[in-house]
Amino acid sequence: MKKDQDKNLPIDTTDRVASGGLLSRRLFLNSAVATTVALATTRAAYGQDVVGEGQEDWTLYPGSDALEYGERSRFEVERVKKFKPQVTDASQDYWDLRTTNATTRTPHQHLMGTITPSGLHFSVTHHGIPDIDPDQHAVVIHGMVKNPLKFDINALENYPTITREYFLECSGNSGALWGENARDIQLDRMHGLVSGSQWTGIPLSTLLDECGISSDAKWIIAEGADSGSLSRSIPIDKALKDSMIAIAQNGERIMPNQGYPMRLFNPGFEGNTSIKWLRSLYVTDKPVMSRFETSRYTDRMPDGKALQFSLEIDVKSMITRPSNAMSLPKHGLYEITGLAWSGRGKVAKVEVSVDGGTTWAEAALEGPIHSIMLTRFRIPWMWDGRSAILQSRATDEFGRVQPVREKLIEARGRRPSYHFHGIQSWGVEPDGKIKHVYA
Amino acid sequence: MYMRKTLIIAGLLMSTQMGVAQESRFGVPATQADIDKRFWSVFPDGEFLPEGEGNVAEGAELFEYNCNLCHNYPDENDPNKNAIGKLFGGHETMGTDNIDRTIGSYWPHPTTVFNYIRRAMPLIAPMSLTNSEYYSLTAYLLHENGIIGENDVINKDTLPKVQMPNRDGFVNAYPDIPEKYRTKQ
Repeated sequence: MKKDQDKNLPIDTTDRVASGGLLSRRLFLNSAVATTVALATTRAAYGQDVVGEGQEDWTLYPGSDALEYGERSRFEVERVKKFKPQVTDASQDYWDLRTTNATTRTPHQHLMGTITPSGLHFSVTHHGIPDIDPDQHAVVIHGMVKNPLKFDINALENYPTITREYFLECSGNSGALWGENARDIQLDRMHGLVSGSQWTGIPLSTLLDECGISSDAKWIIAEGADSGSLSRSIPIDKALKDSMIAIAQNGERIMPNQGYPMRLFNPGFEGNTSIKWLRSLYVTDKPVMSRFETSRYTDRMPDGKALQFSLEIDVKSMITRPSNAMSLPKHGLYEITGLAWSGRGKVAKVEVSVDGGTTWAEAALEGPIHSIMLTRFRIPWMWDGRSAILQSRATDEFGRVQPVREKLIEARGRRPSYHFHGIQSWGVEPDGKIKHVYA
Repeated sequence: MYMRKTLIIAGLLMSTQMGVAQESRFGVPATQADIDKRFWSVFPDGEFLPEGEGNVAEGAELFEYNCNLCHNYPDENDPNKNAIGKLFGGHETMGTDNIDRTIGSYWPHPTTVFNYIRRAMPLIAPMSLTNSEYYSLTAYLLHENGIIGENDVINKDTLPKVQMPNRDGFVNAYPDIPEKYRTKQ
């Protein structure tokens, strides 16, 4: 077995799966590299000292009382402050009030796994976050139905529920990448409008069936109870296939910024269609052409036309570590990891390149892989200390492949604003600094 | 024995499914008042447009008082006053890469204007005007965008007939985007 130049690591040349130091995804799985380091335990006090000498205070003194609702470590709150998540407070001042976009983004560079903590789930609101009393809120289903019905949260809780893991993405996510120059904005600001949660709710088909929906129905107009009564038209085939009225997120009732006490959830559709604070579902045979499906959330094409009802989220991926919120302290072995997703189904494959897309190697996918959910990928990388360009490329179960940025722009121009899903690049400098680059 | 077991299982399955279908029905009849309170949509064909009527002159006054705070007139000397995005103009940008998405240059349906401002505007006091006042504001916005004349009135019959400049500017992308805009690998 020909050992690698790096003497301490048992890496065979056959483990090298692409140029630039990418190693077989099986390496970490086999624990071949995860060498067990025997920790030297010190037993300093053989004399008659107090036995707790040298222990930390939290070991020597009883801790605090239990909390009604758990909270993050105060050190974690401080750490989060340092990376300043992108928050726009709608009521901050006159200028923010004018846009009323209250936006928070998920700091994926600091997260593990695939479930986003509810409190870090991205949130875009166009008219602020309403403070809804659940006992005074209900959704009505009406229009082309035999029996118009009303459901409040207590009624909905009586139904058999379904629980599914789904990602939700704003179609404006990664929109900066349509731009001419590569702005080195941090990962959360670039890709932070996508999150993953476990959602619990009642299939919309169950409730539509109870109302007795007409066979001529083609669209459902959903409206929220926020101060903009935000509304979108949902195709009936989607509503009957897998839409739900969600009443819980990650096991507890939905948070106010996610639509408390009930929201529409259209798996794999652009986030804006999953109407929060849902209060009306009007069954009809035509779309309403609301502001948010005409003036906004339409994608301008190079020929002057705009795509309307571009609802499904395309196959996409991002490398979360390493990324530009961190730097590599020295050359050596690292794990490249990130998330991949597709609005149509399961992620089938993620490939990684560290040479700007010249050679690719398949990353390991961490199962179980859920349909229309974030999938974590990982691959070991031996960084030799030279410049590198890190990229990931996802393929979904239908063979749709995440395109390179140039090809996407070639097809759709620079002005769609929405649905950027091309490959993004992290440039690693010899000093270990990482920045967003076009490559 | 085998048969009996199968029958029992089938029976169990059936009763479970029927139980869900027949017993899990917790919706209560929605009254017209329940619906009216929660449903604000008006459609491009005029469906659900309310009674009332508005005109450009009244709209201009209402705009000055209710909307101008945020939607200040475009001021070439102070670009900050346009930070919210232009409401008027932009016709010259139609068909170019860098279109200003105003009502006149981008919005495909006139009913969307009424539909949106009635439910969402004025920003800090939505639904605070009368239907006729919202018709007047709609008239003003359409006039300022060069779409209707200054003496035109807007009501449930006239609004759906207004011809928007960018009416044919959109292509349906559901369930899939047209071939010509798809990425070639």
